Amino acid sequence: MRVSVQEAPFDLGQETSDFASGHKDLGAIVTFTGVVRDLPDDPLEAMEIEHYPGMTEAALREMAQTAMERFSLGDALVIHRHGRLLPGEQIMMVATAARHRKDAFEAAEFLMDYLKSRAPFWKREISGKGASWVVSKDEDEAALKRW
Amino acid sequence: MDVLYFAWVRERIGLPREQVQTQAATVADLVAELSAREERYALAFSDLSALRVAVDQELSDFSAPLDGVREVAFFPPMTGG
Repeated sequence: MRVSVQEAPFDLGQETSDFASGHKDLGAIVTFTGVVRDLPDDPLEAMEIEHYPGMTEAALREMAQTAMERFSLGDALVIHRHGRLLPGEQIMMVATAARHRKDAFEAAEFLMDYLKSRAPFWKREISGKGASWVVSKDEDEAALKRW
Repeated sequence: MDVLYFAWVRERIGLPREQVQTQAATVADLVAELSAREERYALAFSDLSALRVAVDQELSDFSAPLDGVREVAFFPPMTGG
């Protein structure tokens, strides 16, 4: 299990390949990647991601540990970036490894749902119209209820 | 104790962190004390339903006691992922 909160970009292919190669006994690897998307009506210049050093790493470790136990994972990886990102850049990834695909898929969704509203990150979008904080959505909070 | 502010709470108050000497018994008491200081605090804390709090880096709530606490952080709902 590994969590990383970092400013630097990551290589999705390399990270996925390294993660998968360590698990010859596990048949299912699921990965999810979040990417900075452009704003259709108001071109995005950049996205700035703020976090809470110390708490963020601890919160991610706790989420990954919970996922490991709850979904009988063989391994889990969470990488989340902070700082200034451009449209098209990768923001974060999760990877899960399990014996069967259901656990791997569900664990990845569980991690994403918790990351959205329980990991201390805040996003700010900067466009020609100015800067605005991304507002959390009610459905993100509701998504936690199914777990 | 150290009081930390993130995202728009940091922008409204104008500081990322500060040291506060307080006898406040709970987070809610601390919020009342800070809000009474200056308009920028009152504005930042005007709607507690739009805020989250972490006590010693654990998500908590406004009724949490502050006895022995070293760090309290205020921020809007998280938007990770």
